[in-house]
Formats: sequence, structure tokens, C-alpha cells
Amino acid sequence: MGKYIIKRIINMIPTLLIVAIIVFLITRMIPGDPAAVMLGPQASVQEVEKLTEELGLNKPLHIQFFDYIGNLLQGDFGNSLTYNQPIADLIMDRFPNTVILAISALIIAIMIGVPAGIISATRQNSILDYTVTTISLIGVSMPVFWLGVMLVLYFSVNLGWFPSTGMGSMDEGFFTFIRHLILPSLTLATIPMSQFARITRSSMLEVVSQDYVKTARSKGVREFIVICKHAFKNAFTPLLTVMGLQISSLLGGAVLTETIFSWPGMGLLIIDAIEKRDFVVVQGTVLFIALIFVVVNLVVDILYKVVNPKINYSSNKGGTS
Amino acid sequence: MTSLQATEAAEVMERTRKRERSVFRKLIKNRLAAFGLFVIALLFVTAIFAPVIATHPPNQMDVTKSLLGPGEAGHLLGTDSYGRDIFSRLIYGSRVSLIVGIAAVVFGAFFGSFLGVIAGYFGGKFDSIIMRIMDGLFAFPFILLAITLMTVLGQGLVNAIIAIGIANIPGFARVVRGQVLNVKESEYIAVTKSLGAKHSRIIFQHVLPNSFAPLIVYATMSVAGAIISEASLSFLGLGIQPPTASWGSMLQEGRNFLVLNPHMATFSGLAILITVLGINLFGDGLRDALDPKMKL
Repeated sequence: MGKYIIKRIINMIPTLLIVAIIVFLITRMIPGDPAAVMLGPQASVQEVEKLTEELGLNKPLHIQFFDYIGNLLQGDFGNSLTYNQPIADLIMDRFPNTVILAISALIIAIMIGVPAGIISATRQNSILDYTVTTISLIGVSMPVFWLGVMLVLYFSVNLGWFPSTGMGSMDEGFFTFIRHLILPSLTLATIPMSQFARITRSSMLEVVSQDYVKTARSKGVREFIVICKHAFKNAFTPLLTVMGLQISSLLGGAVLTETIFSWPGMGLLIIDAIEKRDFVVVQGTVLFIALIFVVVNLVVDILYKVVNPKINYSSNKGGTS
Repeated sequence: MTSLQATEAAEVMERTRKRERSVFRKLIKNRLAAFGLFVIALLFVTAIFAPVIATHPPNQMDVTKSLLGPGEAGHLLGTDSYGRDIFSRLIYGSRVSLIVGIAAVVFGAFFGSFLGVIAGYFGGKFDSIIMRIMDGLFAFPFILLAITLMTVLGQGLVNAIIAIGIANIPGFARVVRGQVLNVKESEYIAVTKSLGAKHSRIIFQHVLPNSFAPLIVYATMSVAGAIISEASLSFLGLGIQPPTASWGSMLQEGRNFLVLNPHMATFSGLAILITVLGINLFGDGLRDALDPKMKL
């Protein structure tokens, strides 16, 4: 197990390097002079030259790249022009907010999606099953930004139950905090919730007809225990895979949700920075999210192995990290 | 060609035709998939005949008639803040969704399949290098990669296709590589190889056609994703340039008038939802009809 973890961490290094290269190259794809584009049309020649110097854009590309990697290794993501702050600080200010939103969404998605899937599978072809299947089908096709706007329309504008934007700080009381959190996290939870329901249903259906479940039943084990303990335990692995994938899109897909609800997270930071043409911030934040994704994936893979020790990873030649 | 080969070829063709027919029959029988197919057909008809269906020119402004409600002054779904007819803009918006949805997936499928075939078929160094790069691209949440590319490329239809297309490459590479690895192991490929067939012949005549079923299902699902991505980009102001009607940008405009005129945001989002739902239903049905055990 320890060996496996070490092997996976070593395997992660080339992926991280490639991620950094991709981000570096994408930002070098900006047509024309990046410094001029960032400063806007009203900037003077001197200003553009000064920024070019500051960003090291006048150096050869490979030198720029090594400088970039060298700085990254020291945790230096560069400095923002528009925010007048180190980008690492900007990200660290916003990251907890994104995590709060992502975790709330994940909790909602698991608490509703998984039981819905189990109920749906145990009462196959009942009205309840059809309801869950239909709703989850609509859920996975949902444009979340539209859902967010509609929730604002009904629950903030029409009913006035929840605030439509911003994040309540804990200082204003727990209740304010929760009131701000509900609509964004519901919006963000919709797609993972629907996917959890669908995947739980299908993997439960595969399991409940198997012999060992029948045996448990015939032994007189209570139905509730049969479903929750015997069946669900074995239906859990595919669910874990989907959860791992969803965590990444919760952190990254929050761009839209955060924009709609003006939630001060990393997604909103990216969109703000794009509007201000502060590409260095965009570059740093995108890179940070990708790094988080790689690490989260590693953790999920290790968990996978803990839950299901029989899986042999040596036969899995690359490709799926 | 000997007569034996000819009969064999005829048999294969007959079998293929039978399989195609049964796939289509299964699709039609599946009511949800049939509904999906209907939605897709409707989308095509709307996009192609937009000038006929639309009641007004989509970009015709009339400030005296701004923010009308549904049915007012001959505007079926009302007007937006510039007095443009919402129904007509929705109709024309289907073009953007369809073009970007299909073109981006074709783009991603082309390059992704190319990389996937090389990685899977030749293996070794090719495989590790290509798949490492794909892993790297996979580390970016889909929409974030598209957003970053659009920031660099700038707004516009073609750029949206390229950005969403690039974001689609790693997915296709992975699916195709997996299929190629499966097919490569099969006996008939070994036989073909031993008969001295060239790599290109093996790839194009044997490997790719046998990877077709999962590829087409994956592509269908990806079109739905690409349509949502285009709408998301346009919603964020990074997609299609105004005044071209896109469902995403209409939703963005509608959001500013949520209190005064909520139906602007409502209808454009509904159009996206129904389209994506239809494509997903069709994709689900296609998968079940082709191979229910397919893991996608």
C-alpha cells in the first residue's frame, strides 16, 4: 500500500509539469504583445516596455519558462497588476470560499443523490423510481447558470427568502452565513446530485439481484440492513469514481455558480481578472485549480484502493490518473 | 476476388445492414430515445429554416417596443431591452448552438482520435508521451480550459469552436485509445498483420471501424456538453460576439432584467435545457441499442 502511494506520487510529477507547461503555453498564445494587451489601448510605450521588462517577456521563451517553473516551486505565482498583490495571496483569500461552496454542494449531492438512487433501485419501475430517474435525467442536462438565475428569480426576487448575491461572513451570525450559502450550493449540487442518483441506481440494480444478497435475505436479515450493508457496500466503488470526477468539476465548474451569486471564490476571481485583462492572475488561478485536481484525483485513487483492495493497478498502463 | 471472398463480403454486408436496422428499431422502440431523436430533428429543422420560422429579423431593434411581455404587439415571446423579438432570436440562436456543438465535437474527435489511435496502436513511447499530455489537459475542468482558451483567442464563433474543440481532445483520445487497445488484442488483427498488411490499412480498415460504436455514443454525448459550454461561454461574455443571438448571451442579457422581464432569461435557458436533454436521451438510447454493456 505504502509502495503504491509513493509510486502514484512519483507518477504525478510529470503530469504536474505538463499542466504547468500547458498553462505557460496558453498564456503565450495571446496574439500580439501580451503586455500591451494587458495594459489596454491607452497605455504609453514606456509603460508597455516597463511591464514587458517586469514580466520577463523580452527574454527567450525557454528562459521565461525556467523562471516560471523556478518561481512556482517557491510558491511564487507572480504578482497581480490590478490587485497590487501577490497572486498566491489572492488565491489563498478566495480558495477557502470555493471550498466551502464545493463541500456544501457535495454534501447536498450525496445526502440527496445517493438515497434517491438506492430507493429508486429497490423499487424499480415504481412511480418513485420514475420520478427519481426523470428528475436526475433533467438534472444532468441542466445548464447550471440558468438554474442559478431561476433560483434567484423565485427565491430571492419573488419570495425574498434568500439573498441573491454575496457570501455572509460568520461574524454576521451563522444564520446569515447559511442563508447566503443555500442557493449557490443547491445550484452547484444539481449535476453531481443527479449523477450520484443515476450511478447509485444502476450499480445497486446490478448488485441486488446477486446471490449473496439473496442469501442475506433468506437468512432473515432485515431488508434495510440487506440494502444498506450488503448491497450498497458493493455498489459503492463506481460511485466513488464519479465522486472523484465531480469534486474537480465542483472546484472548477464553480466559475459559473460563483459568477451568478457573486460568491467570492476562485471562479469569480478568474472572471474578474479576465475582465480586467489581468492574465497573470488568470494563469495562476487556473494552474492552482489544475494542481488541486491532480492532488484530489490521487487521493481518490488511493481511497479507491482502500475500499477495494483487490483492484490490481499494475495492469493499468498509464492513461487513467 | 475469388467467389469465396465475394460471398463472405456479401455476408458481412448483410450482417451489418441487419445490425443497423435492429439498432434503429431499438432506438425507435425506446420512447425516451425517440423523444431525443425528435428534439434533435426539431433543432435541425429550426436551425435550417430559421429565416422562415422567425417572425422578425433577429437583430432588428426598436427601442419603443423594449421589454414587452409574451404576446404583446405581435411578439410571441415578447422583446428584449433593445426591442428585439425574443422568439426570433431563440430560433436563430439554435444555429449557433448546433454549429458550435457539432463543429467543436468534430474538431475534438478528429484530433483526439488521431492521438488515441497513435497512442493505442503503436504503444510504448508514443503512448506514454501522448497520454501524459492528455492527463495534463484532463487536469483542467472542461469549462475552465475553454474559458482560458477563449480569453487568449478572443470572442467569436470560430474561436469558440476551437476552444471547446481543444477541450474535447483528451476525452476522445482516451476513449479511442481504450478501444484500439481492445481491438488490437483480437485474433483477426494478428492474422491481418501476419498477412503483411500495412499499419495504415490495419488502422483504417480494421481498428477504427471496430471502435466506431463507442466513439459515436461518446460524440453524441459530447455535442450536448459542447452546446452547454458554448452557452456558458456566451453567458460569461466570452463566447459569441453580440449582436449575434446565442442562447447563452440571451440568458446573460435577460439576467439584467430579471425583475422587469423574467421570461427573457426563462425561455433561453429552457431552449438549452430541452436541447441538451434531447441529445442526452438520444445518446443514452444509442448506447443501449448498440451495446448495453458499454461503459461510457
